[in-house]
Amino acid sequence: MAINGSTLASLKRGQKGVIRAINAADPQVQRLMVLGLVEGTEVEHASSAIGGDPMEFRLFGCGISLRQEHARHFKVVPVVAGD
Amino acid sequence: MTKTSEIRIPANEITVAKRTEASIAVVGNPNSGKSTLFNRLTGLKQRIGNYPGVTVEKHVGYLKTDDALVELVDLPGTHSLSAHSLEEHIAVDVIFGRIEGTQSPDGILAVLDATNLYQGLFLVQQLVDLELPMIVALTMTDAAEKSGIQVDTAALSALLGVPVYPVVATTGAGLEMLRRAIGGIKEIEPPRRIRVWPELTEAAAEAAEGAHERLRFAELERLLIDGPTAANQAIVAKLSDRGRSKIDALRAALFGDEPPIARDAHIRYAWVRDVLDKVQKAAPAYVSWRTRVTDFLNLPVPGTIGLFLVMAIVFQAVFAWATPIMDAIDATSSSLSTSVFSALGDNAFSSLIADGVIAGVGSVVIFLPQIIILFLFIILLEDSGYLARAAYLMDRAMRSVGLSGQSIIPMISSFACAVPGIMATRVIPSRRDRIATIMAAPFMTCSARLPVYALLIAAFVPATNVGFLNLQGLVLFGLYLFGIVMGILTALLMRKTALRGPKPPFALMLPEFRRPNLQTVAIQLLGRAKVFLKRAGTVIFAVAVIVWALAYFPRSDDIDPGLDANTSAALQMEQSWLGRAGKVVEPVFEPLGWDWRVSSAVIAGFPAREVVIAVLGTVYAVGDEADEGTLSGRLKSATRPDGSKVFTLPMVIGLLIFYACCLQCAATLAIIRRETNTWRWPVFAWGYMTAIGYLGALIAFQLGSA
Repeated sequence: MAINGSTLASLKRGQKGVIRAINAADPQVQRLMVLGLVEGTEVEHASSAIGGDPMEFRLFGCGISLRQEHARHFKVVPVVAGD
Repeated sequence: MTKTSEIRIPANEITVAKRTEASIAVVGNPNSGKSTLFNRLTGLKQRIGNYPGVTVEKHVGYLKTDDALVELVDLPGTHSLSAHSLEEHIAVDVIFGRIEGTQSPDGILAVLDATNLYQGLFLVQQLVDLELPMIVALTMTDAAEKSGIQVDTAALSALLGVPVYPVVATTGAGLEMLRRAIGGIKEIEPPRRIRVWPELTEAAAEAAEGAHERLRFAELERLLIDGPTAANQAIVAKLSDRGRSKIDALRAALFGDEPPIARDAHIRYAWVRDVLDKVQKAAPAYVSWRTRVTDFLNLPVPGTIGLFLVMAIVFQAVFAWATPIMDAIDATSSSLSTSVFSALGDNAFSSLIADGVIAGVGSVVIFLPQIIILFLFIILLEDSGYLARAAYLMDRAMRSVGLSGQSIIPMISSFACAVPGIMATRVIPSRRDRIATIMAAPFMTCSARLPVYALLIAAFVPATNVGFLNLQGLVLFGLYLFGIVMGILTALLMRKTALRGPKPPFALMLPEFRRPNLQTVAIQLLGRAKVFLKRAGTVIFAVAVIVWALAYFPRSDDIDPGLDANTSAALQMEQSWLGRAGKVVEPVFEPLGWDWRVSSAVIAGFPAREVVIAVLGTVYAVGDEADEGTLSGRLKSATRPDGSKVFTLPMVIGLLIFYACCLQCAATLAIIRRETNTWRWPVFAWGYMTAIGYLGALIAFQLGSA
């Protein structure tokens, strides 16, 4: 299942988004869900390493790093600034 | 001893026959402040052992209250009862009482980080469902308040159905209350299950009918979610055939095509968010120095530069700070040897004590300062949350060689010593990555290689400057780099051949920077020093005695008593077992430009590479050469019978390459055996590294001499 539109990977640094759908076939993605990246959770793209990969996201005060290839499996609705 | 009738012990000093005896599992997320709290509660009353069959360390501590003695078992940090890495498996197995020789816990002490309730509650909810007496310790409440988070402890306690005790482990606030609660844990009513997912509970009730032995609800739920994985075989074994097929049917009905773990995470985190709404008030966040530091280091380029700076400072400290202490140890051990000879005279016994025991063990204890400084930094970096960031920053680079960022921590640790480095691979979830990292780790320049490098470089590399850099320092740096490159090439080779497999996974928690707790750092450091000294006192002691005996016996009566002491010692050495062995293998090492003396020193160094210096010191203590005074001077003027120099530049380069590669360390071989659970890997590593070292030395010598 390919995901169209915004994903975690397309969030800019400092931008927030709410996870709406997840392609959870990959066990790596399931592991990230155990760490708290699930539908309905608001996350912020906090940083990325040199070259933009891996990326760091913050949710409820904790930081999780993951690779771009996995970030693409999380569809998000970006939070509009000023919300 | 006084008479029994006269003994009067105050009630609070009786350590046995307490009112309550219980074993409590301390469970929490990684980085939740669990170990700090554990150390606070138990102090130095701790034991470090191993779980049977695996190498995860078992930390047991004791807590004494007025009327109870309670055993606390500090489990490896875990995010969920669905185990992911080896350490998580242990945590889950202990919780379910599946480990032989470890009793099933009587209660749970759940450690919940107030700054990260989100992930913490995900685990705590699963723990409540175990239906064991339970206490929640809410840690880092001070940090939470600073960052604007207020937790309603009473509401949280009511929602979970277990008592919640806020504590600040670093200052000790709230600890007394918690301690008393733990002492009386057996009187606590087990909590009622939190029905976050009624369908799952119903399915588990139905599955329970297929069990011929009593199974806990929580175990059946795990089986339904995770399926019959290796970890769940203990549960499957208790089911009848019908029960097993029922599980399959129930799983199909519950999940359909959806990955069960995904559904499970989705449902439980929805509950967590709901609880957070009720118990957590977030005020506008106060921007702490931590946040500012984190934000700056989050920028890709400053972050990466920062990492290299930190590493540079660590290595600088290891070499600069340790030198004075090392010199002092060196001086002490040689003056001890001298006084042994003057007190006991020159005989076999005094030689055993001075040349064998003191010199042998001393040559290892001398590394203690370096090891302590390096461990101090590694513990500080780990506890402050920086090592996780290093793994994050290096992931991309490590991925290009088939590893993940998580391999960087074992590799950095291996610069002190490959033994703790290899132990640090336990956090790597995939076995293939873990073994590839284990194979690469011994190439990192450990502190035992350093004195060998230092000796040869000081003797044979001119102390001139290249630009503003010192050539000797440059060569040393080059050797470190060489080790890194060899390690990385090895990992790459392994991942392309024997350990071919899917790309290593990478999902890592990045904790905020925090100030490490000094007590925790001290306890860990003390533990490491103890392990190291124990090794020096046992294995290295034995090796030193054996090497001494091989170099001392058999005694020869033919040596002219008129010769000076150094010459006769060298002649004695030549016809000792070690010297003879050196001559036997000399043809093997001849193509590398080594004479029998170098060969026998290298053989003696196979159990522990640092021994080579002591042996070289003995074999080159000969005649005129001894006039040169220092060992490096003697090496410089060492000649073959035909008058040509032994230590030519190509030969020295070859010798350095040999030392950079060869796995001359019995302790590393033993730890590889323990960590991989087979002799195959240590034997392979030894053969592979020795072959590379030999080839490298051969090429260097032959090309250089041609």
